[in-house]
Amino acid sequence: MTTIETHASGTQVRATSSDSALGAFLVGVGAWATTTDHKRIGRLFIGCALLIAIAAAALGAVIGVERISATGYSLLDQDSVTQIFSLYRVGLSFGVMLPLLLGIAIAVVPLQVGAKTIAFARAAMFGFWMWLAGIGLALGSTIANGGPGGGNAKMVDLFLLGMGIAVIGALAAAVSVVTTVLTSRAPGMTLLRVPMSSWSALTGGVALVLTLPVLFGTLVYLYVDHRYARIAFGGNKGISDWMGWSLTQPQTYVYVAMGAGVLAEIAAVVSGKRQVLRPVLFTGIAIVSIASLGGATQVQHAVTWTNTSASDKVKELIPFLIFNGLPLLGVLVVLGVSLLGIAKSKPRLVPAMAPALLGLGMVLTGMVGHLVSLFGPAQLAGTVFEEGEFIYVSYGALLIGLAAVSYWGPKLWGRVLPSSAVLGMSGLTFLGTVLAALPMYIAGFANQPAGVANDFSYSGPQQLWNIASAAGHALVAVSVLLFVLTALRAFTAGEVAGDDPWDAQSLEWSVSSPAPLNNFVSTPSVASAEPLLDIKPAGGQK
Amino acid sequence: MTHALPAGPRPAPRRQLFISTGIAVVAGTMLMGGMLSVWLRFRAAAPTRPTSDGLRQIKDWLPADLKMPEVVTNVGILSFLVLTVMVQWAAYAARRGDSKHVVSALGLTLLFGIAILNAQAAIFVQFNVGVASGAYQSMFYAIVGTLTVLIVSGLVFTVASLFKSIGGRAANTDLLNAHALYWYFLAAAYTAVWFVVFVQK
Repeated sequence: MTTIETHASGTQVRATSSDSALGAFLVGVGAWATTTDHKRIGRLFIGCALLIAIAAAALGAVIGVERISATGYSLLDQDSVTQIFSLYRVGLSFGVMLPLLLGIAIAVVPLQVGAKTIAFARAAMFGFWMWLAGIGLALGSTIANGGPGGGNAKMVDLFLLGMGIAVIGALAAAVSVVTTVLTSRAPGMTLLRVPMSSWSALTGGVALVLTLPVLFGTLVYLYVDHRYARIAFGGNKGISDWMGWSLTQPQTYVYVAMGAGVLAEIAAVVSGKRQVLRPVLFTGIAIVSIASLGGATQVQHAVTWTNTSASDKVKELIPFLIFNGLPLLGVLVVLGVSLLGIAKSKPRLVPAMAPALLGLGMVLTGMVGHLVSLFGPAQLAGTVFEEGEFIYVSYGALLIGLAAVSYWGPKLWGRVLPSSAVLGMSGLTFLGTVLAALPMYIAGFANQPAGVANDFSYSGPQQLWNIASAAGHALVAVSVLLFVLTALRAFTAGEVAGDDPWDAQSLEWSVSSPAPLNNFVSTPSVASAEPLLDIKPAGGQK
Repeated sequence: MTHALPAGPRPAPRRQLFISTGIAVVAGTMLMGGMLSVWLRFRAAAPTRPTSDGLRQIKDWLPADLKMPEVVTNVGILSFLVLTVMVQWAAYAARRGDSKHVVSALGLTLLFGIAILNAQAAIFVQFNVGVASGAYQSMFYAIVGTLTVLIVSGLVFTVASLFKSIGGRAANTDLLNAHALYWYFLAAAYTAVWFVVFVQK
C-alpha cells in the first residue's frame, strides 16, 4: 500500500501566495508552526532556548548586582527576591539546558543515523509547543508573583501547571529521539556504530525518561494540594522543597547528558582519524546518565563521616561515589579519550572544538564542586557554593550548545559561522562563566548564604566576589546575544557551506547543505562507525 | 561535494510503535512509582492513634470517618485481569491476520476498559469526600486521578486501534503488540495502586 502525502510542501505554498507579503508571512509562520521536519523542530527548540539564555544570564547579573550591597534593596523588591531566584533556576534548567540539547538532538540525530525523518515527528512537534507553552506559563506566572514561594495563589497554581505541561512536552520530544536511535538506523549501523552525539542523545534521553515522570508526579501532588488543600506539601513555601531537586545537581547533569557526546564527535573530526577507543567513549558517555539515579530517587548522598568506624565511613562513601562520582568519571573519560585521540594526530581547525571543550570543562568543574560540597567536613551546605556549581553546569551546557550550533550549522542552515566569531564568542562565554561561578565557590567557603540577596556579611572582599559574579553573568548575556545576532546574519547571508565543510565522518555530511526535506534520497548503507571515511581517499587519513 | 554512499537494502520492520510504547511504559512506571513512593513516605511519617477498640496503635493516615469502597476496587482489578486476556487475544489474532477476532477482542477490551473507568468513577462517588478536606484526601485524588487519566489514554489507544483494525489494518502486529503492552502496564499500575492505596490504605 502506498501513502500519499496530502500536505503541500513549503515551497509550493510560498509560490502560490507570493502576491501578498502578509499572506506569504502568515503561510511561512503556519508552515513553521505545523512543521514535521525534524530540522525545523530542532531549530525552534534551539532558537527559543538561546533567547531564554540571554534573559536568564541577564537575570543572574541582576541578582549579582543586588548582592553587591548586602544591607539594602537597590534593584529588587524584597518580596520579589524568591521569585527572581526561581525564575533564574527554572529558566536555565527547563528553558536553556534541557531544550537546547534536546533541540540539537532532534535536529541532528535522524541525519546521523541515516533516517529520513524523526520517529513520531508530530509527537516531537507537539513536544516543542507543549514545552514552549509550559515554560511560558511557568516563567510568566513567576513574574506575576507566582512560582515557588509566590504570593499570588492563582499564579502559583499556574506555575505548577506550566511546569507540568513543559515536562510532558520535553518527554514527548525525548521519546521521539530515543525511538529514532533505537528503530531508524540505516542498514549496517549497529548500536556500536552510532555516532557519539547520537549515542549521548540516546542515553541522555533515557535518563530524561527515567527522571522527568518523577518530577511530573510530584507536580501533580503539588498542584492538587496547593489548589485545594495546602496541607500536605507546605503550600507555596513547600514547592521549592519538593521540586528543588529538579533545579540542582545531580539532576542538572541529566539535562547535560544529551550533549556529552558533542565533544567526542567533534574531537574525532579534528583528529581526522577513526576513534579506536569508541567502546570506552560510549561507556563514558553512558555513565554520565547515571546521574538519573539521583534525579529519580531525589536523594543527595553526602559524606558526613561523623562516625569514626571504618565500616560506617565506607557505607557512606559507596552511595556517595555512585551518585556523585560516576557522572564525573563519565565526563573525565569523554574528555580524556577525546583529547588522547587529538594528541595522537595532526589536528585540524574545527572552530566548534573550542566551545565544546570549554563547555565540557565547565560541566566537569561544576561536578567537582558538587562532590566537594557534599563532603560534610567542608561545611558548604546552605552557601552560594551550590550556586557556583549550578552556574558552571548550566553555562557549560550553553557552551556545548553553541559548539553544536556552529558545528552542525552548515547542515541545518546551509551556511557557515565565521571561525573568528565562534572562537571569540566562546572565549567570552567561557570568561563570563568563570567570572560568574568561581567567585561563588570562593564566597561559599566564606559562608555567603544561598538563596538570599541581602542581609549577609562575612570577612573578606564580599563586594568583589559579587561584582565579579554580576559582571560574569552580564558577559554571558552579551556574548550569547552577540552569538545569536552573528548566527542570524551568517545563516541568512553568510558564506555558503560545502556539503562536508569539516571533512567529517558521519552520515549527515553525505547529503547536501542544508539537508533536504527528507534527508536522504535512498537509505544509505553503513559498513563501519565512520561511513564517510570508508568512501574518502585513503580512508580519510590525510 | 556530496558523498555517494551505497544504497542499503530495504530496512527491516522497525516496530517503532512497540518500542516507543515501551519507552512510554518506562516513563509511566517512573510516574506511578514516584507517586506511590511519596504516598508511602507520607504514610510512614503519619503519627499513630489507637484503633476504635483501643487494642492496638495504627497509623493516623486514613481519616477515621472515611471508608474505602473496596468492592468497587476489587471489581476494577478483576476487570483488568479479564482485559489483559482480551488485549493478548487481539495481539494473537493480529499475528494470524484474523481481522474478525482482532475487532472482537478490541471491542471487548473497550467494553472492559469502560467498565474500569466506571469503577474509577464509582470509587470517587462512594468515597464521597472533598479534595480539600485534608492531606490524605488531596493525595488520594492526585494519585487515583492520575491513574484514571492513564486509563483514559489507554481507552483512546484502544479506540484508535479498533478504528485502524476495522479500516483494514487488523494484521498490524506492531500496533496491537504496543496496545497490549500499554494495557499490561496499566494493569500493573492499577495493581500497585490497589495494593498500596486501596488495600493497605
